[in-house]
Amino acid sequence: MKDQFRMVEFNLNGRDVAHVVDARSSLTDMLRNDYRLTSVKKGCEVGECGACNVLIDGECFNSCLYLAVWVRGKKVRTLESLAGPGGELSDLQQAFIDETAIQCGFCTPGFMMTAVEILESGREYSDDELRKLLSGHLCRCTGYENILRAVRKAMHRRLEGPAPARP
Amino acid sequence: MYDIKELYEAESLQEAVALRLEHPGARVIAGGSDVLVQMREGRLAGQELISIQRLDELRGVRLDDEGSIRLGSLTSFSQITKSPVIRKHIGVLGEAVDLVGGPQIRNLGTIGGNTCNGVTSADSASTLHAWEAVVELTGPAGERRLPIRDFYLGAGTVDIRPGEIQTAILIPRASYDRTWGYYYKYALRNAMDIATTGCSVNARLSPDGKTFERVRLAYGVAGPVPRRAPSAEAAANGRPVDRATVEAFGLAVLDDIDPRDSWRASRDFRRHIAVEMAKRCLAESVRRCGGELS
Repeated sequence: MKDQFRMVEFNLNGRDVAHVVDARSSLTDMLRNDYRLTSVKKGCEVGECGACNVLIDGECFNSCLYLAVWVRGKKVRTLESLAGPGGELSDLQQAFIDETAIQCGFCTPGFMMTAVEILESGREYSDDELRKLLSGHLCRCTGYENILRAVRKAMHRRLEGPAPARP
Repeated sequence: MYDIKELYEAESLQEAVALRLEHPGARVIAGGSDVLVQMREGRLAGQELISIQRLDELRGVRLDDEGSIRLGSLTSFSQITKSPVIRKHIGVLGEAVDLVGGPQIRNLGTIGGNTCNGVTSADSASTLHAWEAVVELTGPAGERRLPIRDFYLGAGTVDIRPGEIQTAILIPRASYDRTWGYYYKYALRNAMDIATTGCSVNARLSPDGKTFERVRLAYGVAGPVPRRAPSAEAAANGRPVDRATVEAFGLAVLDDIDPRDSWRASRDFRRHIAVEMAKRCLAESVRRCGGELS
């Protein structure tokens, strides 16, 4: 391949970064191997399971079906961006714990990033709407009920209380 | 890591056209939800790719000078669903593409990719056929437009010539004016599934609401390419807006479709549901037109 290694400048979890990446890499490959962001899970790698889900410019994408070079100039957020500077859990993470929405944890980062997109819309959704919004993720342990409850709880808390100061 | 032989990243439409001419064996990649999956499965392994992902000029929905709805080919399914122009004039298209895959796939997949892959089950395809969409292609000789039914040549084959890039899909004003429609996707799951059969109907009623002025129907997965149902349309056009017309419309569908047996469903089952879907879609279209079935 000509120009196999290409410079990619983008914003990752609030920091401007630059990296030379193999043009054949998926975004999952780059985030895991080059930035050690292992919350981005490798599941099906064909866009079915949602384990590798990240936010790009505020919208959810399965990073397995996204070429690493495509993030040039974009803002990418992974689960690692949710906790505070001292490692404090975000309201969403706490809601997942409170509702026991985690068992093995493999699907959790993907679900949480979709939940971030849901919460940041600032809208209140019905349970049916939430189910549809969360339908791009597979969980093989807990069933989906507790995950739905956790997202609903976080949504209601944000809509009621003052928005927490998080980037 | 993907098994990509070469990746050419176009920065402008002109460059994309030049790259297409220079590398005739390369596949165009837009969102990637189709090409990258096929690459992973091995069917497209070792392929040269031309990425048009950065051509932001091909994104977005707007009304053009002639009043046509213009969907840039790189517009994602979720952008279509959210678009105020789509909601106002052709809401059924936003609803249809909101049934593709799951939320992340709808942020990734593009209307151009959904039509250029020439797949009969594409959730946008039956609605675009039923609304007589026009496909715009840009190539070395400039722009070319053709009706979407001529764009589909056969299963997985569309009329894209050397050097061409699909740049937009247009819905003419005469097609969407006073017209409302409904799309029914029959699939085994509510998300992340491909249509067993898809049915898109739209109707325009006479001003008094008593007569069907124009009814159009198209199916996905009722043949190798998305197709209209002319017998069914003839059974409704100019007829009274009543249950008898809806029944006749549904039954006439059987003269129009030729589905196949596949692991997803049998031909007989597809014929059975096609009739029922047509009737439900027409009844709902009437309701959306503000009419009532007598």
